[in-house]
Amino acid sequence: MNRLGDLERAVMDVLWQRNEPLTVRDVGRALADRDLAHTTVMTVLDRLAKKGVVARDREGRAWRYRPAASRENYVSELMIDALGETGDRDAALAAFVRSMNGNEAEALRRALEDTDEPRT
Amino acid sequence: MVSAALLSAIAVSCCVAAARFRQASWPRRGPYVAVIVWQVLGLAWGFSTIGALLAFGLAPYGRGVVGGLIALVDDARSHDLYLSTIAGTTLGATQVGAVILAFSLTLLLFSGLVASFVQVLRVRRRHHDLLGLVAHDDPEVPGARILDHPAAAAYCLPGVLRSEVVVSAGALEVLDRSELAAVIAHEHAHLRQRHDLVLLPFSSLKRAFPHVRMIEVYYRAVALLIEMCADDQARRERSPKELAMALLRFGASGTSQVPAGALAVTTDEPEVLTRVSRLLYPVQQLSRRQTTAVLSAAVALLGTIMVLWSMPL
Repeated sequence: MNRLGDLERAVMDVLWQRNEPLTVRDVGRALADRDLAHTTVMTVLDRLAKKGVVARDREGRAWRYRPAASRENYVSELMIDALGETGDRDAALAAFVRSMNGNEAEALRRALEDTDEPRT
Repeated sequence: MVSAALLSAIAVSCCVAAARFRQASWPRRGPYVAVIVWQVLGLAWGFSTIGALLAFGLAPYGRGVVGGLIALVDDARSHDLYLSTIAGTTLGATQVGAVILAFSLTLLLFSGLVASFVQVLRVRRRHHDLLGLVAHDDPEVPGARILDHPAAAAYCLPGVLRSEVVVSAGALEVLDRSELAAVIAHEHAHLRQRHDLVLLPFSSLKRAFPHVRMIEVYYRAVALLIEMCADDQARRERSPKELAMALLRFGASGTSQVPAGALAVTTDEPEVLTRVSRLLYPVQQLSRRQTTAVLSAAVALLGTIMVLWSMPL
């Protein structure tokens, strides 16, 4: 993974961990072990804001950043994409198996039992 | 007029052929050929429908579809594109209507394709961005990124420079090591052969004509064939049994329940079962002769339409 992507991840992790809006300085301090320049942290936060994954509010002279949604929300969003549960996203991703209805799942469960038996 | 009649006949036969083709059993014996047949049928339907409208509308020029279009452009230029004047001179009102309908249909299909492409790129970019933030790697699972979610899912995110295979924690739970490898091989086959591009025109057709059940059904038929293509690729590296078991385990994990009515597609047999039985009980592949016959018929069909477009009949 490239360095910028790595940093974005680290910054998001900080924002998710702390339950409050943080300034660039706060984030830099939380990542002190990485020894990042103030401008680097600012660039990363700016990129994340452009991607719409962090929101920012002005407080005095400084911006305060917070995640636009929780990590769980994003994971769910990805899974919903992947399982093709939104109608018009079909061609964007190719899931191994599309989500199925109750009858199909039941038929599969039976087939699986049939297949499993000879093995045991 | 003859070409208009012939092109309409071809357009109707394409629909009939598509309906019969969907029911046929041989496509699962040669999914690659079958995908080509679907593409050719789609292309042929579009070109014959638009061609029929144009051939009818431009008949007064007596120069065929292509010649007629050129004549129309010249005519429109000399009349400053004033439709009623054009209608008053060579073309009658019905003919102008047919030409306008042909242009609208072309525009609809084309904009559907573009809109769908843009939408797909947008979804993928967002997906890729989020994936970079929440997915993680596992040295135990090479060639895939992991998403911490209890539902079983495995999928690929296609892209020119940054395609990725993603597996959920739920999937890791239900699959054993060899089954997982088979799933990843299947997904890499999708990425390698750019199956997403094959599916794109069909999904854009779906976008251009929403609520047309027939198109939805055809789209799913093509999607299933593409899955079979990837299954076939994966079984070159892994045993078909592993892949079939992986499919069954995914289905039976039952965590990916759809809200009622969300996917109201009633197939005679669940698609996954079709794939499983195809893997466990291999069917004979199409012979070379059969493949050649199907492909030559497809070429002949497209050739006929091209001739009908260019000849003044």
